[in-house]
Amino acid sequence: MAQIKTAKTNPVSEFFSKLFRNQIFIPIAALLLLAIFNLIADPSFFKITLGYSSDGNPVLSGYIMTILDYGSELAILAIGMTLVTAASGGQDISVGAAIAISGSVVLRVLCGTDSRPETLQAPIIVAFLVSCLVAMAFGAFNGTLVAYFKIQPMVATLILFTAGRSIAAWINNNELPIVSDKVFSYFGGFLPGIPIPTSFFIAVACMIITALVFKFTSLGLYIQSVGINQNSSRLNGLNPEFIKFITYVILGFFVAVAGFIKVSRLSTINYSVVAKDIEMDAILAVALGGNALSGGKFNIGASVLGAYVIQFLTTTLYKLEVSSEALSAYKAIVVIILVVMSAPIVREKLAALLKKIKASAAAKSAN
Amino acid sequence: MKENAVLELRNICKSFPGVKALQNVDFTLCEGEIHALMGENGAGKSTLIKVLTGVYPKDSGTIMMKGFDKPLNIKSPRDAQNVGISTVYQEISLCPNLSVAENIYIGRQKGSVLSWKKMNEEAQKVLDSLGIAVKPTQQLASCSIAVQQMVAIARAVDMQCKVLILDEPTSSLDENEVAKLFVLMRNLKARGVGIIFVTHFLDQVYEVCDKITVLRDGTLVGEYTISELPRVQLVSKMLGKELDDLSDIKGDAAVFVADENIPPVFEAKGLYSDADIKPIDFTIHKGEVNGFAGLLGSGRSECVRAIFAADKVLGGEVKMHGKPVRITKPIDAMKNGIAYLSEDRKRDGIVGDLSVRDNIILAMQVKEGLFKPISKAKATEYANKYIELLDIKTASVNTPIKSLSGGNQQKVLLGRWLLTNPEYLILDEPTRGIDVGTKVDIQKLVLKLASEGMSVTFISSETDEMLRTCSRLVVMRDRKAVGELSGEELSQNMIMNTIAGGEANGTD
Amino acid sequence: MSENKFSPRTIMKKIGGMSDTNLLTSITIVVFILMYIGAMIFLGKGFLKPQTLFNILNANAALIILSCGMTLVMITGGIDISVGGVTALVSMSCAVYLDYMGGNVFVSMLIAIAIGLAFGLVQGYLIAYLEIQPFIVTLAGMFFARGMTTIVHTNPFNVENESFVALKDTRIIIPGMGSYNKAGNYIDAYIEIGVIVALLIVAILFFVLKWTKFGRNFYAVGGHRQSALMLGVNVKRVTFSSYVLCGLFAGIGGYVYFMHVGSGAASHAMGAEMNAIASTIIGGTMLTGGVGNIIGTLFGVMSLSLIQNIVSSVGLDQAWWTGITIAAMLCIFLVVQSIVVSRKSRQTKKQAAMAEKPQTPQNKAAAN
Repeated sequence: MAQIKTAKTNPVSEFFSKLFRNQIFIPIAALLLLAIFNLIADPSFFKITLGYSSDGNPVLSGYIMTILDYGSELAILAIGMTLVTAASGGQDISVGAAIAISGSVVLRVLCGTDSRPETLQAPIIVAFLVSCLVAMAFGAFNGTLVAYFKIQPMVATLILFTAGRSIAAWINNNELPIVSDKVFSYFGGFLPGIPIPTSFFIAVACMIITALVFKFTSLGLYIQSVGINQNSSRLNGLNPEFIKFITYVILGFFVAVAGFIKVSRLSTINYSVVAKDIEMDAILAVALGGNALSGGKFNIGASVLGAYVIQFLTTTLYKLEVSSEALSAYKAIVVIILVVMSAPIVREKLAALLKKIKASAAAKSAN
Repeated sequence: MKENAVLELRNICKSFPGVKALQNVDFTLCEGEIHALMGENGAGKSTLIKVLTGVYPKDSGTIMMKGFDKPLNIKSPRDAQNVGISTVYQEISLCPNLSVAENIYIGRQKGSVLSWKKMNEEAQKVLDSLGIAVKPTQQLASCSIAVQQMVAIARAVDMQCKVLILDEPTSSLDENEVAKLFVLMRNLKARGVGIIFVTHFLDQVYEVCDKITVLRDGTLVGEYTISELPRVQLVSKMLGKELDDLSDIKGDAAVFVADENIPPVFEAKGLYSDADIKPIDFTIHKGEVNGFAGLLGSGRSECVRAIFAADKVLGGEVKMHGKPVRITKPIDAMKNGIAYLSEDRKRDGIVGDLSVRDNIILAMQVKEGLFKPISKAKATEYANKYIELLDIKTASVNTPIKSLSGGNQQKVLLGRWLLTNPEYLILDEPTRGIDVGTKVDIQKLVLKLASEGMSVTFISSETDEMLRTCSRLVVMRDRKAVGELSGEELSQNMIMNTIAGGEANGTD
Repeated sequence: MSENKFSPRTIMKKIGGMSDTNLLTSITIVVFILMYIGAMIFLGKGFLKPQTLFNILNANAALIILSCGMTLVMITGGIDISVGGVTALVSMSCAVYLDYMGGNVFVSMLIAIAIGLAFGLVQGYLIAYLEIQPFIVTLAGMFFARGMTTIVHTNPFNVENESFVALKDTRIIIPGMGSYNKAGNYIDAYIEIGVIVALLIVAILFFVLKWTKFGRNFYAVGGHRQSALMLGVNVKRVTFSSYVLCGLFAGIGGYVYFMHVGSGAASHAMGAEMNAIASTIIGGTMLTGGVGNIIGTLFGVMSLSLIQNIVSSVGLDQAWWTGITIAAMLCIFLVVQSIVVSRKSRQTKKQAAMAEKPQTPQNKAAAN
């Protein structure tokens, strides 16, 4: 009782109440909850072991490394998804299909006409750049529909969502090329001598690039402005259509990066399965990061954190030996709990309840 | 309850986080009375209405109504409708995708199966009785704003309400429609309906109202009958201070004489846009304040929008300082030193969720370009400068602009454009829907800027405001310029005559 | 698409005066008919048989029902992407109940409806009363339904319950529409029970949306939420009921799907939600809400299926062509809608401006 009473004027409680209202609160709370759950259920979850790969490279393994590895792909997508969400007030549901396309392009360029080449038919960098161009072109397609034809984003991207995997299959004539090149496998695996998954470094690089872009341009202000009030933005000299369009192209770039990591990890591609449902995870990451899915203000850091939390959840469920098909049921429950907890109405009611408890506690202690 | 009172509010309190919006407010409305609810922005008028109509729950207090022996517990607009309280809001709250008839009847149809034929017939009757020329089957979105507003009123009238709340209904109506509305209001008054009338137009209050209740800072100042409260006193009660500024400013706009040797700052020949205006010729000189006069829909806003290229410009020649320039989109205009404060603050002006700081630097930042971001420190400095200069009341530069009152939002927007350091400033209805004090501030500022050499175009629906500030007026009718008035010609009567198509029109 | 055929001004004027709902629906119906006639002329044989049309109905009865629910939700401005998952869950649960628990057909129908309603109630509550974004809620709903399907039973299997199989194989013969096969035998044209259910639902919903207070409220809420609230519509309840109905239709649609395929599998109705959304949009419902028509949705489903038939009979039968053509069709429809609507709104804006003109001179006379 006494603690509660003193907490009223305590800077610590003020800090917490500020934190509670902060956007980043939700992903942090979710992360802590998951961590505590795992700590109680089985502390070995956090065990990281150093082993050696077949090439003799040091490799760290463990659940945390898995989260770092797969979460990074998601984080990369979440950056782009956040921008698209902020500017256009909608989400791109075609990212999974677009990953299939860009992955397919990478393999096509690397393999040329032979689906099992002895040596690479083109430098890796060329393959990556070509896939970037293709993914950004598809991003531009989505962006055109959204920005210039004014079609709701989810619907516009539904087109590519429906066609993407078919296009991916068509690019490689429905063959499944396999690239067995050591250097190529570094990007989705480990660099020689470095025991941390490469994808993590790629994600960090993406974040740094993004941070630099926002630091040295006013794109952030423009995107938020367009997302909040398109009319005003136009009358302030902005070109809202172009800004929306460009966010889809940027997302295209991140899609290409994620796709590149995916095919590098697998050395091949399965058109109907690769990056399946990843659009859902990416959107969840944005939402979990506390960004309004209806656009406007955004916080990329929170989205990135959200992405890792989503992956944390997935890995936790795998660890509990939930079959990969049933996984989604559990994930759904967790997601619902999270969004219900973060719903403004529920938060208001909780705050009111908390206030009541505090008041009655204060009354009691006064007696 | 008082005899013949139809509605009585006692000790109404309502607070929002950090703000006490209403404190112990009383309000009494009698049968057959038109009662003005007055107050500056933030005085609590809107909150009181929203409490009364169940949009916000009240914290404490009682609402009594004639015919109910217990205090009412109004939890939703639907409850309010059921007890006979109807509201016509400032922003049209109808469904644009439905037909006119449906908008009149939705939410209160009898029975669960509809007869479209019967509904359209009944709607036609209601519309006819009010003289509104619109087909009941027309989709609302294809009607003009004024007609939409009238439909909202028709709906309220048709509900046989005992209390009718009109929340700034006249702000988007032209004079003819306002006159029609007043006829209607008197009509309803004769039928014994109590009307609460919220408006910023003092003239209108003195024209139709019987009583005035004044609120200030969420508290009741008092209730007065029209005859016992002269205008000046009403204003001073609203502001809470004695004020003579209104008469002060009169006559400030001296006759402006342009130096013929210097080419005008801005000159347009045959300019027209896709907003359906006839080509106009227009010039403005350094240090001049001029304006576009005309009724709503006359094309005055469309003219300035064409100048700024806010609408798609279809033709015409534009020169600045005598040199031809190409202005095809707002950014071109901005780069040429033109600034445009738009008519619709909420739709075209503020960026609601962004902070006051970001709102102030937005135009400047866009003008600077994508690759020259203004640092946060610099932005804060700019913002603070204008917060001080324009006396903007905000908690901090980080406060989202949407949480400011209308008048302060307008000042932020003004600051935004002043920051771009324009040569030519266009103000389209900068005083619309804001309180008297701020109105005067803005008028004074306009005159000050002009005296410092800025050219200003000022548009207002209140002609006396334009008379006070402008030295030349372009009069618009039916989407074309029909006359230009300056010097001696600048008087209410002359403007009216020109608008109405009297002898002063040159081009007609 | 159809515009060049209707060049006279009068027709353009008529189109301008149409409500958004009617305009978009008309486009869809015209396109469907043109496509079908085109198929009959250029592809001939198969399309000349009435059974081809009935087969499109037979194969898509479930999708029609799902799309009806989707239309309701989309008219109110929401979206429900859990319908495919619910369909799979319903099939699997009913299959397990019938074959492993010896249940009877009637109870299995109740189970289907109960599952659908349960999803509708929970999702509706979260969206309408706790104001959580519909996309997120129904996304979770979809995940949950798919996951639950494998938890109920992992492997796909065919149902052998006798009375169910009898029901499943029931054919309703349409007299006079039969045709002769290659051997020259007369084969009756038929439809399945599901088609009757689907058409019944379409008819009921058409009536409800057009002529009842309940139905019109969906449009009001979708047109402008805030206004609808001010106009005295119980916005939360209307939103809630749209999701409950969508859930209910997902349950019924799930059972109809189950009757068509006669098996339970976790992979059933994969992507059905996207097909339902696509059909609804092709049918002229707008995701922004307030505009939509159930007849349009029916034709949306039919068009989607027809184009697939056409593509495969043209000979493009590699797997990827289906996906690409559906997407191309969706793309064309969206672009056409977007262009038509924006052109129309520009036109009406002009008309409104013109209408104001003649009034003005008198205004001033009155004002003075």
